[in-house]
Amino acid sequence: MVKHYLDFEKPLMVLEREYEELQRFAPRNDPKVSARIERLEKMIAKEREDIYAQLSPWQRTHLSRHIDRPHTLDYIHLIFEDFMELHGDRGFMDDPAIVGGFARLEGETVVVVGHQKGRDVKDMGYRNFGMSHPEGYRKALRIMELAARFKKPIITMIDTPGAYPGVGAEERGQAGAIARNLREMASFPVPIIVVVIGEGGSGGALAIGVGDKILMLENAIYSVISPEGCAAILWRDGSKGSLAAEALKMTAADLLRLGIIDEIIPEPLGGAHRDYHVVAAHVKEAVVRNLGALKDVPEEKLLADRYKLFRRMGTFQEK
Amino acid sequence: MTWFKKKETPSQADKSADVLWSKCNACQEIIYKKELERNFSVCPKCNYHFPIKAQERIAVVADEGTFTEFDSTLAPVDSLMFRDLKKYSERIAEAQQKTGLRDAFITGRCEINRLPAMVGVFDFDFLGGSLGSVVGEKIARMVEKAIDEKMAAIIFTSSGGARMQEGIFSLMQMAKTSAALSLLRRERLPYISVLTDPTLGGVTASFGMLGDVIVAEPGAMIGFAGPRVIKATIKADLPPGFQRAEYLLQHGVIDLIVGRRTLKATLGKLLGFLYQ
Ligand SMILES: [Zn+2]
Repeated sequence: MVKHYLDFEKPLMVLEREYEELQRFAPRNDPKVSARIERLEKMIAKEREDIYAQLSPWQRTHLSRHIDRPHTLDYIHLIFEDFMELHGDRGFMDDPAIVGGFARLEGETVVVVGHQKGRDVKDMGYRNFGMSHPEGYRKALRIMELAARFKKPIITMIDTPGAYPGVGAEERGQAGAIARNLREMASFPVPIIVVVIGEGGSGGALAIGVGDKILMLENAIYSVISPEGCAAILWRDGSKGSLAAEALKMTAADLLRLGIIDEIIPEPLGGAHRDYHVVAAHVKEAVVRNLGALKDVPEEKLLADRYKLFRRMGTFQEK
Repeated sequence: MTWFKKKETPSQADKSADVLWSKCNACQEIIYKKELERNFSVCPKCNYHFPIKAQERIAVVADEGTFTEFDSTLAPVDSLMFRDLKKYSERIAEAQQKTGLRDAFITGRCEINRLPAMVGVFDFDFLGGSLGSVVGEKIARMVEKAIDEKMAAIIFTSSGGARMQEGIFSLMQMAKTSAALSLLRRERLPYISVLTDPTLGGVTASFGMLGDVIVAEPGAMIGFAGPRVIKATIKADLPPGFQRAEYLLQHGVIDLIVGRRTLKATLGKLLGFLYQ
């Protein structure tokens, strides 16, 4: 059952709520009820097709941030076995906005790191809405360095509005923490699979986003700046987010076309939150397949290919 | 003698007050322009460092006549057909017209007190020194050249951050430049970053903060998030001096604060330490 509907899903909500109520409370053997249920099923199917077939970048932005959307820990528990979370940056604190640790994927040891958003109000505050302080990036780096040293593949999951803009974050070197992750991830001699599972917000997202294969969920977004932030600066009007979302080319389809990501992972119709098990199975399949393809690539080639991947990003002319 | 050669333009021959005098942005002192130039565009009264153009920066640090520019033909393209209140293609054309530059970054080789180095310099006047594909490509090329020719790389930043009109390509320049610097590091070649006012966003959070030695100019605003964004997020006033070079030095974020008048000598000395 879907708990929260987005504005553009309201027509669907009316139908689905009635359907659920009938299913639960109406007498089973009443032919009028059965007829209504049958009719509702058809209407719902059609409404879903209509709404989700042509989602705008702005609608996907909202889906990517959906409060019920599966987050990193949900995927970790559905995809991996024996996850053991590791904590702390060994300097200042444990940042709950990023989680990471060892796990097993089809028997093999891997290292997983991802941004973690909260589910309810209290949890969201605890996770700082998935906005990491420098310590989160340093923890991520520390855990990934373990992977590099003990030759375990790395899987990262991106889901953040961005790095936290705060006084302490700046004082403790937010920019430097992100920068070092970019540099070090470019040189880890183990396969790195990056999955953008929700919101890929700017440098705070990229800070765990350098890898050999960049995968992205169908309704995830990945952008240099949030559409609202972009609108506030370039349109001088934060409410023009839908225009900025179009212009920034931040959907999975756009980024595949632009050569930034390697693959789009399909979501259930209506979004990942409608079926955790289905979407997690898709993510697992894609991660296992891509890791398999990288397994026997020699270290030097792996690093050279990773360098080339990012080296070619950008468009310019020479005249 | 001025420390860089300025083209004589008709407006400079004209003797109106604006041409002869500058007002300090910090202490409001009215300064004779010739004196300001002699003083490396540093206010003689309060030490405020005026913003300078990329070419002027090169003149500050490079031994005279040693700078050779690379990749001067690289120019931006509007591959996303980005349009906000104005088309990106128009913004590019205007910035090129205004600055005489093709993009916000100049690279080349030079000598600093007779020690060779690859240098890259931002020009803030070109779209706020924003980090787009041309800047990223030029950095990657200069770093690769530094590896080929076994010398140090030095980048002088002044940038508002990402170039939003290039969308995801702008973001990816952070990864691209940092990856290039990882190769330089592997070769045990030095990289020095010199942060000048202002250095923000993706520029700080990539090559800006990756210097083996990080130098800043006095008073420079340096940060990841801009002060307005932080203020809006925390809903409180920011501490005095927040995100200024002096504040960051105190918090251990940078190595050195070096005034423009001694910048060349300091870089020369640093290169000396790193090379021998
Ligand atoms: Zn002054």
